[in-house]
Amino acid sequence: MAASSERSPPPFPDSEEPELLEDSDEGADAFTGTSISEMDSPSPDSTRPPKDIFNEPPEDIFSDPLSNINSEPQKKVDAKIPSPSSDEAVDLFSDPLDDDSEVMSSPEVQNPMPDLLNEPVEAPKSDVLGEPPVSSVKKAASSEMFGDDDDDEDLFKEPPKVVTKKPQPSGPPVDVFTEVKSDVKVKPQVKDDPTDLFAEEALTAPAPKPSAGSSSSRTNGVHSEEQDLFSEATVELSLDSPRNDRKNKDAVKPSVSAPAAPVASSSSKAPSKTLKELEEEESEDKFDLNISITNPEKVGDGMNAYMAYKVSTQTSLTMFRSKTFTVRRRFSDFLGLFEKLSEKHSQNGYLIPPPPEKSILGMTKVKVGKEDPSSAEFVERRRAALERYLQRVVSHPSLLQDPDVREFLEKEELPRAVSTQALSGAGFLKMLNKATDAVSKMTIKMNEQDVWFDEKIQDVENEEQHLRKLHVMVESLVNHRKELSGNTAVFAKSVAMLGSSEDNTALSRALSQLAEVEDRIEQLHQEQASNDFFTFSELLADYIRLLGAVRGCFDQRMKAWQRWQDAENMLQKKREAEAKLLWANKPDKLQQAKDEITEWEAKVTQYEREFERISATVRKEVIRFDKEKARDFNRQVIKYLESLLHSQQQLIKYWDAFLPEAKAIV
Amino acid sequence: MMQEGLDDGPDFLSEEDRGVSFFFPFLISVLSLSSYCVLCMCVSTLPNFKQNEFSVVRQHEEFIWLHDSFVENEEYAGYIIPPAPPKPDFDASREKLQKLGEGEGSMTKEEFTKMKQELEAEYLAIFKKTVAMHEVFLCRVAAHPVLRKDLNFHVFLEYNQDLSVRGKNKKEKLEDFFKNVVKSADGVLVAGVKDVDDFFEHEKTFLLEYHNRVKDASAKSDRMIRSHKSAADDINRIASTLYTLGTQDSTDLCKFFLKVSELFEKTRKIEARVAADEDLKLADLLKYYLRESQAAKDLLYRRGRALVDYENANKALDKARAKNKDVLQAETTQQVCCQKFEKISESAKQELIDFKTRRVAAFRKNLVELAELELKHAKGNLQLLHSCLGVLKGDT
Repeated sequence: MAASSERSPPPFPDSEEPELLEDSDEGADAFTGTSISEMDSPSPDSTRPPKDIFNEPPEDIFSDPLSNINSEPQKKVDAKIPSPSSDEAVDLFSDPLDDDSEVMSSPEVQNPMPDLLNEPVEAPKSDVLGEPPVSSVKKAASSEMFGDDDDDEDLFKEPPKVVTKKPQPSGPPVDVFTEVKSDVKVKPQVKDDPTDLFAEEALTAPAPKPSAGSSSSRTNGVHSEEQDLFSEATVELSLDSPRNDRKNKDAVKPSVSAPAAPVASSSSKAPSKTLKELEEEESEDKFDLNISITNPEKVGDGMNAYMAYKVSTQTSLTMFRSKTFTVRRRFSDFLGLFEKLSEKHSQNGYLIPPPPEKSILGMTKVKVGKEDPSSAEFVERRRAALERYLQRVVSHPSLLQDPDVREFLEKEELPRAVSTQALSGAGFLKMLNKATDAVSKMTIKMNEQDVWFDEKIQDVENEEQHLRKLHVMVESLVNHRKELSGNTAVFAKSVAMLGSSEDNTALSRALSQLAEVEDRIEQLHQEQASNDFFTFSELLADYIRLLGAVRGCFDQRMKAWQRWQDAENMLQKKREAEAKLLWANKPDKLQQAKDEITEWEAKVTQYEREFERISATVRKEVIRFDKEKARDFNRQVIKYLESLLHSQQQLIKYWDAFLPEAKAIV
Repeated sequence: MMQEGLDDGPDFLSEEDRGVSFFFPFLISVLSLSSYCVLCMCVSTLPNFKQNEFSVVRQHEEFIWLHDSFVENEEYAGYIIPPAPPKPDFDASREKLQKLGEGEGSMTKEEFTKMKQELEAEYLAIFKKTVAMHEVFLCRVAAHPVLRKDLNFHVFLEYNQDLSVRGKNKKEKLEDFFKNVVKSADGVLVAGVKDVDDFFEHEKTFLLEYHNRVKDASAKSDRMIRSHKSAADDINRIASTLYTLGTQDSTDLCKFFLKVSELFEKTRKIEARVAADEDLKLADLLKYYLRESQAAKDLLYRRGRALVDYENANKALDKARAKNKDVLQAETTQQVCCQKFEKISESAKQELIDFKTRRVAAFRKNLVELAELELKHAKGNLQLLHSCLGVLKGDT
């Protein structure tokens, strides 16, 4: 992953038609000016001319304009930060765009500023992308969603310093870049990269100092390797980007959201909203939302009966209408919530807490509805599981923001969730999907480049395996404990009988006392068994499910990778086709081939960025998950041990009481 | 090991039974060389032994032989014959050991050592129990005022070569089986006879009921202890899985797992000890009294038999007198039967009273010990949990 993230070519995903290229070129050179001329890129000739125009030394662009522009836009941006609307941000950029090259450099410097305040690292990336407002917001948001953890702050401790330097005195940024230039052979690319790197590295790895350009021989190495890639794929795109900015003027949103991957769109529906989320999240560091599920109640009769649970929420969050509210939900509503959430968020690499499994057997028992202890236990178990599930959902900062979650918690009536029936047609489709997923998973051979992911995937698999084992054992402990409790009860009865037939009065008395003690111990075992089950076994079951979800995240990431690779292959094919056409000298088809290539190049970059984003998200999610896991285990195991402690105390009490009786036997 | 065996062995005999009143004539301990051979060491102050201290190696079959010789001896019909020790059951352990050997390749080293330890502990426990049972038998005999003077017993203790008793062959086993069938059928008949003596009548009903109850209780306690042991085993396995989880990584969570694993490891030891002690103090006690009450029932059966014989002899005598034929012979038979019955009745009464005092004392001793051990273990466990919780909470 490390490598792949660096590999990222011009980070601007763009699927737009090449016609626009010509007029948009001017700005492009801010980034690629020199590089293009130096490289013998196979890129279409049509894009060539503009390059020449901008072949002038890039130094100008950086050194002079920077100082001028920086000072004023900074303030501007400063003022704007709180207001999350993207439009304003866009304006910011759209004005300067007119003034050519200066503008191009300015956004680079400007943007770090606003971001600095929240999340310095993200900013550079967006600058480079040239689709400043949305992507930056999006990125920032995505990172912020998880950014509330301490770790992440550590992660970013360094970057701020570096970045702060950059924009303010206007000199430093140039330094950074010039340094970079000296390090890396191809100047202009470096310009693209360091910033890009910057963003990616900071996002994904605790990694080298984010002043990436100067750092890490690794990156350098990669660059030199990657050069062809850049020369091929980059050129046009970097040319595109300014054009895009241009376009922003007239149509801000479409140009941005269209290229920004329909896949990702859900997460960043409205940039303004995400930014708001961002703020909210920071304030929500101290999480204040209590959800409890109580009063499971059977509704209806016969096979149509279902259990309804009372979901009560207590919160001081302003996003809810009131501080406390309750709704009644049935099990399938919970499943429906999960479906909705995973539909929306899972492809972004979010870890959606899985709900408890549907249990036809257990529910049927409840439906048939004798008041027998096993069905009561089933309901209680499910209630507890649902409660934990909901708590996990709302403790996820970005899922909490989801309107569906809010609706679930607040709205009186929910539309019936249909696709959750295990045996319904939808269920069948789901199964089919899962099967195909499994097959494709087997066929995809991903050569993992990121050590962190490589290890983590391995770890998660191992851990899941061990947890499963542990779970089986705890289950068997529960069973044995129940058995023990049953046998103790029987034994107690038997001892009582023995006592009654004993003709020595003292011994008889002692035996009946023993029977009583055994009776109490039986109760104790019973309680302990349910403690074993609810505090320990269920915890493990939850985490086995959650680890499954984690693996799901990894799979999503792998799918993204696969998409990227496929696109890459496609591009390769198109190129070959073009070469053939060139050779066969068929100019009429050539244009079309070129168009296709551009299209695919755009796709490749887009997919790659998606992959990077998903990688970053998954990594954050997993780190967050780990932390939560540690906390959960700690809390639950301590609780469990306390229950053990309690039962030992009781045991001591019982036997203490018995001892004098035994001694009284004469 | 011998010492351990002594310490932990079930001790159903109170001090008096052991023979304080008999000047503490024996100190017997039993050692095992293999599962079937038992080394008996006796220290005796009784005059009718050649030496004061001697030791022999005896097999389980030889114990059975000694027991059977007591049962078959008409002289001892009026006594409760100490029940023979049960045959040691090492087969299950052996099987497990074999399985362990086969599965050695397929499990991790920790699992293997853990399993091995578990098995060894189990083996040792069975072994101790067996030794203790055999010891109890000898002690009972040695404490008995009449039986300890038995010649066979002396031979058993002193003759330092193989007694060359063989196990029963098939024919003999079949005979035994028929004898048992006849005996139990007879027992039903005999039991139906109304006893003249209220004491014996009462004892009979008591023993019948008691035997059934104790049988039930013993079976139930066995089951309870078995599930307790499986629970302890589960805890053990949980501990080892937690350990593997904990060694995966070096994060805080893993350290946490390691600590919990350590705790579980210790608690399972305690839990296993609890089960083992319940086994020794409770289940074995019940089992012993199951056999002892059986022996007492046998005694009552013999007395009942003698009574029926006596009554029959009386009838025969009456008949003979009426017919005036074989009167003398009938008279002698009647005399013999009468004597036998009276002798049995006399000693049986004493034996049954002894049985009761012995039983009460044994129950008292074991129940007190059981309670003390339970307390000890529970307190140990509590301590462990406390300290572990302290550490874990201190960590967070």
